[in-house]
Amino acid sequence: MSGKPRLTYLNGRGRMEPVRWLLAAAGVEFEEVYLETKEQYDKLIKDGFLLFQQVPLVEIDGMKMVQTRAILSYIAGKYNLYGKDLKERALIDMYVEGISDLMQMILMFPFSPPDAKEKNLDSIKERATNRYFPVFEKVLKQHGQDFLVGNKFSWADVQLMEAILAVEEKVPAVLSGFPQLQVFKTKMSNVPTIKKFLQPGSPRKPPPDDHYVETVLKVFKK
Amino acid sequence: MSGKPKLYYFDGRGKMESIRWLLAAAGVEFEEEFLETREQYEKLLQGGSLLFQQVPMVEIDGMRMVQTRAILNYIAAKYNLYGKDLKERALIDMYVGGTDDLMGFILMFPFLSAEDKEKQRTIIVQKATSRYFPVYEKVLKDHGQDFLVGNNFSWADVHLLEAILMVEEKKPDVLSGFPQLQAFKARISSIPTIKKFLEPGSQRKPVPDDKYVETVRRVLCMYYDIKAN
Repeated sequence: MSGKPRLTYLNGRGRMEPVRWLLAAAGVEFEEVYLETKEQYDKLIKDGFLLFQQVPLVEIDGMKMVQTRAILSYIAGKYNLYGKDLKERALIDMYVEGISDLMQMILMFPFSPPDAKEKNLDSIKERATNRYFPVFEKVLKQHGQDFLVGNKFSWADVQLMEAILAVEEKVPAVLSGFPQLQVFKTKMSNVPTIKKFLQPGSPRKPPPDDHYVETVLKVFKK
Repeated sequence: MSGKPKLYYFDGRGKMESIRWLLAAAGVEFEEEFLETREQYEKLLQGGSLLFQQVPMVEIDGMRMVQTRAILNYIAAKYNLYGKDLKERALIDMYVGGTDDLMGFILMFPFLSAEDKEKQRTIIVQKATSRYFPVYEKVLKDHGQDFLVGNNFSWADVHLLEAILMVEEKKPDVLSGFPQLQAFKARISSIPTIKKFLEPGSQRKPVPDDKYVETVRRVLCMYYDIKAN
């Protein structure tokens, strides 16, 4: 084994993308195995790799980790991106969970039926601009610091950056009412590990397309 | 303020129940404010108490915490129910993730139509017996210890007991193929704080009924149909 974490998922964003972001932000190199067929997936299950028969799977430090949140918490804890004490961790957890609710809407979007897509897009725009972005705009404005929690780069900043870019892909002018978030986005883009992740050729995956949706449906077909 | 944590939610299980379980298991007394009207909810919103405009909300240690998982993580860590190191925490997080997914199938159950309820009951039992319970059965069998992680009582044990009892409410003999889980259930139920929580008069909430569903719909203006997953 190379010692690097190994990610097993489809060749696309889905539930693994936040893990790629966080490892990249922490400056950790990783390997990836892409699920392309149902047979590969069935074999993983048969061989006992998937605790609850699901991916994401991340092999890290001798563990076969599943459950996205568990994986992200472990990486954040290991690489000091989880705050300095319980209260900072509580803030990071609140922020990350809120953003995750927004990202869930984006995650499911490619799988919505054609006649529901417009409505779902409106929901994403509405939630981002009325529920989630205002919270982080206010947090940054109130403390005037560069990072969301404890004046230090953390998992919360990485997650927010991912969400901003993901929403902008769907709603390009979404940050127009959020000057603090615009500044935040620029600052995060210049963090060296993030800057590298945003360059072509990085492990970052493109927005899901029809081929990705087809592959998901094929691999996880019952 | 009394110093005790204060829970803001409906008078029913929903997403707050796991928090009640964990506080109770840790031996922590707590207060509750029950949302009954839309006006109460709007007052909370206008007062800025709800970070993302949602409940559960728990006032604890000077914070107004929202997001169920964040609240549970904080309580677990504060009361030493989160393992002794990062790797034990990773295991606890994985196990809790599983029981959370399982209980997620039950969360929406009261809001389903009668026909969908029957279908969902089958799904719940099938997921429990083929995906989730076998995992915990094997964990307990493999290490032969009383608790899931690190030979120490943790959040994972509390959450699993909660899940077992919830599934049993849908199918009473669901543990029949799982001897380890049967023994686990008996053991964890007899831990003093848990035993107390399982007695009548505790803050544990009953199986959600139509009144609960009406209250949630009214307070959240959630009148659309819920479909089974």
